[in-house]
Amino acid sequence: MWAMIVKEFRQLRRDRRTLAMMIVMPVLLLVVLGYAASFDVKTISVAAAGPQAGAVRAVLHGTFDGVTFDVVSAAPAQGRTWAQDELRDGRADMAVVTGGARPAVLIDGSQLFAARAALTALAGLERLARPVAAGGAAGAGGAAAAAGLALGTPQVSILYNPDLKTSDIMIPGLAGVVLVFVGVIITSLGVVRERQTGTLEQLAVMPLRTRDVYLGKIVPYFVVATVDLAIVLAVGIAIFGVPFRGSPAVFALGALEFLFVTLGLGVLISSVSQNQGQAIQLAIMVLLPQVLLSGLIFPLSSIVVGVRWIAYLLPLTYFNQISRCVMLRAEPLSALWPYFAYLALLGAVIVTLATLRFRAFLAPAPSGRNRHRPPGQAGAQRPALAGTAPRDPA
Amino acid sequence: MTSRPRRASGPQPGGPQPGGREPDSTAPDSTAPDSAAPDSTGRGGWGLQEVSVWHDDSLALDHVSLVAAAGQVTAVVGGDGAGKTTLLRCLAGAQAPGSGRVSRPEVRRIGYLPASSGLYPDLTVAENLAFRAAAYGLTAAQAREQVAEYLDRAGLTAARDRLVGQLSGGMRQKLGMIAALVHRPDLLVLDEPSTGVDPVSRSDLWWLIARAATGGSAVVFSTSYLDEAERAGLVVALDAGRELATGTPDEIVAAIPGTLRAVRERPSGQDGLRAWRRGGHWRVWDPPGSGPAAGPIAGPAAGPVIRPDLQDAVTVAALARELRLAGSLR
Repeated sequence: MWAMIVKEFRQLRRDRRTLAMMIVMPVLLLVVLGYAASFDVKTISVAAAGPQAGAVRAVLHGTFDGVTFDVVSAAPAQGRTWAQDELRDGRADMAVVTGGARPAVLIDGSQLFAARAALTALAGLERLARPVAAGGAAGAGGAAAAAGLALGTPQVSILYNPDLKTSDIMIPGLAGVVLVFVGVIITSLGVVRERQTGTLEQLAVMPLRTRDVYLGKIVPYFVVATVDLAIVLAVGIAIFGVPFRGSPAVFALGALEFLFVTLGLGVLISSVSQNQGQAIQLAIMVLLPQVLLSGLIFPLSSIVVGVRWIAYLLPLTYFNQISRCVMLRAEPLSALWPYFAYLALLGAVIVTLATLRFRAFLAPAPSGRNRHRPPGQAGAQRPALAGTAPRDPA
Repeated sequence: MTSRPRRASGPQPGGPQPGGREPDSTAPDSTAPDSAAPDSTGRGGWGLQEVSVWHDDSLALDHVSLVAAAGQVTAVVGGDGAGKTTLLRCLAGAQAPGSGRVSRPEVRRIGYLPASSGLYPDLTVAENLAFRAAAYGLTAAQAREQVAEYLDRAGLTAARDRLVGQLSGGMRQKLGMIAALVHRPDLLVLDEPSTGVDPVSRSDLWWLIARAATGGSAVVFSTSYLDEAERAGLVVALDAGRELATGTPDEIVAAIPGTLRAVRERPSGQDGLRAWRRGGHWRVWDPPGSGPAAGPIAGPAAGPVIRPDLQDAVTVAALARELRLAGSLR
């Protein structure tokens, strides 16, 4: 048994990537999850419209049940349509429209946790206001809240996900996870398999251009990922009743860009992996942060700023936004262009790197050194040819 | 020293080969001549000229030359780590030379069987061959005709729908060779095609090699079996990356310096250092100017002087090189 233990440790020591994964990954996960794992939304961005828009900031001033309202825009000349556009285009989580008999509060239901936090805070605001309105002493924020009541009891409407269903926000996000899974893991395995089975060397000397091999390797995975995506969407819509309110063309464009990024990542991973085990390890290292930090599970606004910047580097963060915004809020391309631009840029960088790596992958193996030595010096690093010991060359 | 009747030469006379593009000539060594000399047959050929390859800090090939003439079978022999695979990879285009010149036909006209057989284990025999035929631009009809013929001759027709991963080692090697020559290449490069193959399958492999050569292909294969190399028209023996001997098997045998004796027991002293076992006997090499005729040992105890075969000749060549390096042999 001791011999077995020693052997395992020796193998482990040489497999540095596994060793790093065993040691670094748990620490990384602990730190990232510790800072990222929060469903608590502490700040709600608010857009105010109507003649009393200016008063909204004063009314919502303060912290209600741990939630702070941040009035990001006030437009006295605008009405409900403007307010809805602000929510649809992701510029605010909540909108207050004044000027009617009662103020209208619109909440973006596609931001599930922000919507729930807004409802909780509004209830807290009302709790503070009622005693003041009834002639009691004004506590912290109570006077302002009471002033708010003077505008009338707000009429709250939840847009885009009125029932605040979890499936409505999860399934558009899961579509992205499916694309990452197929694009990164399956593609990297498929490419590195060529190296592992020894067929890569064969491909390198066959009359195939690098482009042919590259596209030949990724097109099947592109097709599989597209079919997977269609299945996820169909099931989401048919069984879970997830709405698809936006433009399928905008969604398809986002999916296309995202697939390019993930397929490029898959090829890149395979080009630096010697075997499928290494490819899986690297793919998991790429996949896990995307699932945890992309806003799929935890709201981006809940992630500590020191970790949140990682989220903004991850492609799934942007596809997640595109997917949810198009499906639930029918957000147009004009409002989503920064996400598209980032994915296009990332795709260009990753696909270029992957192509360069892939080209090196298929190029003839370089000679270690190009030293010009007189003949007869080969094997200088090896033991001298037997001549003192008999041998049988056969 | 062994004779070197053939040196690396340029493309075949007559310009481009069938298949379109010009032949490839890799020459990282700018001092290499533009065109190499034709071989002694006058037919020209493909090959390496003074090629060296480094693997990290180790010199894997040291100024090695080889010519592969059309219709000729060339064997590259040597022990483990001799540089056989590196040489073949250079010739096939999978390895860039550090210096020297490589002359090969355009990539579409090369067939290569790597040591790993280069087949997809999760595809069937037919699917592997269909992929290879399509990649080399064969029409469906050409592919069907040639694949059927080769599979039939190699005894693999019944296995055409089996996954390659389920084939025996010998069947896989035969299939790998069929895949390498299905497009009738001008240069066929085979890395240890017969390793791990039973005698019957080896005979099938030899039929395939002979078929390719008679069809005009220049065939270069590596092997550790010197009896197999004796069937080749040209043999290049390597040792630790160096060219030990080049020539026909007879030329290599004829070129060994000194004499060879067969004895029952391993001799003691200096003779023992130049002895090796062959079957139930020992071979003792006596360099020129030594041996029983010139030394104290003589008579029947010294053993009869025998005519060496290729295996003996390659061993003697290795020992002779050691002595030359030590300055004991001119």
